[in-house]
Amino acid sequence: MSVLDIKGVTKQFGNVRAVDSFALTVGDGELVCLLGPSGSGKSTLLRMIGGFETPNSGSITIDGEEVIHLPPERRPTGMVFQSHALWTHMNVFKNIAFGLKLRRIPAAEIKRRVDEVLDLVGLTGYGNRQTHQLSGGQQQRVALARSLVLEPKILLLDEPFASLDQHLRERLREEVRDIQQRLQITTLFVTHGQDEALSMADRIVVLRDGRIEQVAAPDILYREPATPFVAGFIGTMNLIEGEVKDKRFTHSNFSHPLPIADGPAIFAVRPEALTIAPASGEGTAKIHRVTDYGTHGLVDLELHDGTRYKSMVPEARDWRSGQPVTLTPRVYSAYRNNAVAYRSS
Amino acid sequence: MAVDSTYRPPREIDWTGIGFAVVLTIVIVFPLIVVGLWAFADVWRYPSVLPQQFGLRFWYQTLSRPDVWESITTSIELSVTVTLISAIVCLPAAFAFARLQFPFRSLLFFSFIAGQAFPKFGLLVAIAGIFLSLNLIGTFWGVVLIQLVGTLLYMIWIPVAAFQGVSPRMEEAARDVGASPLRVFWSITLPQAGPTIGAAVLLTFVNTFYETEGAWLIGAPAVHTMPILMISFINNQPVIQYGAVLSAILWLPSFFALLFARRVISGGSFARGFGA
Repeated sequence: MSVLDIKGVTKQFGNVRAVDSFALTVGDGELVCLLGPSGSGKSTLLRMIGGFETPNSGSITIDGEEVIHLPPERRPTGMVFQSHALWTHMNVFKNIAFGLKLRRIPAAEIKRRVDEVLDLVGLTGYGNRQTHQLSGGQQQRVALARSLVLEPKILLLDEPFASLDQHLRERLREEVRDIQQRLQITTLFVTHGQDEALSMADRIVVLRDGRIEQVAAPDILYREPATPFVAGFIGTMNLIEGEVKDKRFTHSNFSHPLPIADGPAIFAVRPEALTIAPASGEGTAKIHRVTDYGTHGLVDLELHDGTRYKSMVPEARDWRSGQPVTLTPRVYSAYRNNAVAYRSS
Repeated sequence: MAVDSTYRPPREIDWTGIGFAVVLTIVIVFPLIVVGLWAFADVWRYPSVLPQQFGLRFWYQTLSRPDVWESITTSIELSVTVTLISAIVCLPAAFAFARLQFPFRSLLFFSFIAGQAFPKFGLLVAIAGIFLSLNLIGTFWGVVLIQLVGTLLYMIWIPVAAFQGVSPRMEEAARDVGASPLRVFWSITLPQAGPTIGAAVLLTFVNTFYETEGAWLIGAPAVHTMPILMISFINNQPVIQYGAVLSAILWLPSFFALLFARRVISGGSFARGFGA
């Protein structure tokens, strides 16, 4: 039953604004992903919520209570670090019980709660193990249990799966999502992987240079990116820079109707929405390379000025490199001044 | 036909390794054996390879001397005092060096190596001059002070490495679950750095126990430590056995130190103290 409210938070490191007037409200039981390239300020933001960095200005409230002046040990937040940061001189049980002991909870109650949370993360009976006897995934589960056992109001996850292999990452992703939904715990999740964000989040915040580019549900983010940066960062997007004149967009020998005013624009089309057809003569583009993924093929196209774009085709073997083709965008949009200027259909 | 599923390459003989082992054995173990033999030799005359008569005669004679017992007591008192004071002064300093930023940090840090980098005797003579005017020459506390200088390197450099080796994330995780900064230090930082700091304390104790230059220059003529007594035995007595017995007794701290190291300190963390 907790709501996290962040208003106008700014953090400056020397001359660099790591986080710039950030505002966000995370609803009760919601899982919000902070997504962005490294250096976009997402970790700094999480550390400010956890109390490990102090913002230069702004306010952070949890259930209406200002926490900005509280040290980490007095905030109702629980953080899971990328490096899991387990205490190697304690076994699994002691790692999880440490926070409860600090709260002077009776030993029997501690035992019960630790066992309960070990069940929850799927490590029943692992209490006596030393941390170095665990695999990477198990260590991260212990780190999660260590936070969850204290029943924090807000759970903060700082790229928790970054050091794990792809297969394990996908499994843990689902498990964490299940646990989060079962406990209905308000969660903020930092990642630089779009897969992770798209598969887990209720809402995604895309960050760039300490500023919010877009806040939206995963399906909206993919289909209606608000800026060219988001369009390029989530999934693959052909971003073609050119000029609009007389309701027509032109770049090199690619041209398409675009009903906006004259001037520069970025034409955006996903590879799966760009159809190609064999051309007689020299066509609009030439196939540079065909990659066969079995389920589909990906064709690299080269326009006459040498710029390259991608198109997804149902069957890779229908195409060969060097072949001239014509391009037909089915679903597309256009950006001008870092904002959407047009969206088809 | 059954085929052995695991292929084992033919074992090569590591001649270089064996060579090193033999040389080290000769250099380290052989002198120890000779001294050990002398300590238990009641009669050993040229040209016999082994003593003609083994026995404890010289042990009785050595241990019945009051100056030997006095020197043992003095040495233990000195080493314990120096190690304790050094720990109290140096460990907080090491923590500060490892975690805080302050002006002239590196300069101060490297100054501790100065005591080891320059010929020590010149430094000691200069300090002795100052101690003379302070009436510290020939006193217990004078020797404590001079030996403290020698411990700085071990007690600061090794613990600094130990504290720096503790991941800041581990400490943050402890803050996160509700531990105050002081509690984090006691429950996380110190146990994490503990084995390496143990190594530093051990090295300090053993090195202080064997220290001779400072103890002789500042302590003479009133303070006699075991190594100094041994030197005077070797220099002034025609009987080799006195020196040998005393040197065998001097092995004890090293022996206990090694036992302690094996029990308490894992090889890895011991090595980490030296930056390995």
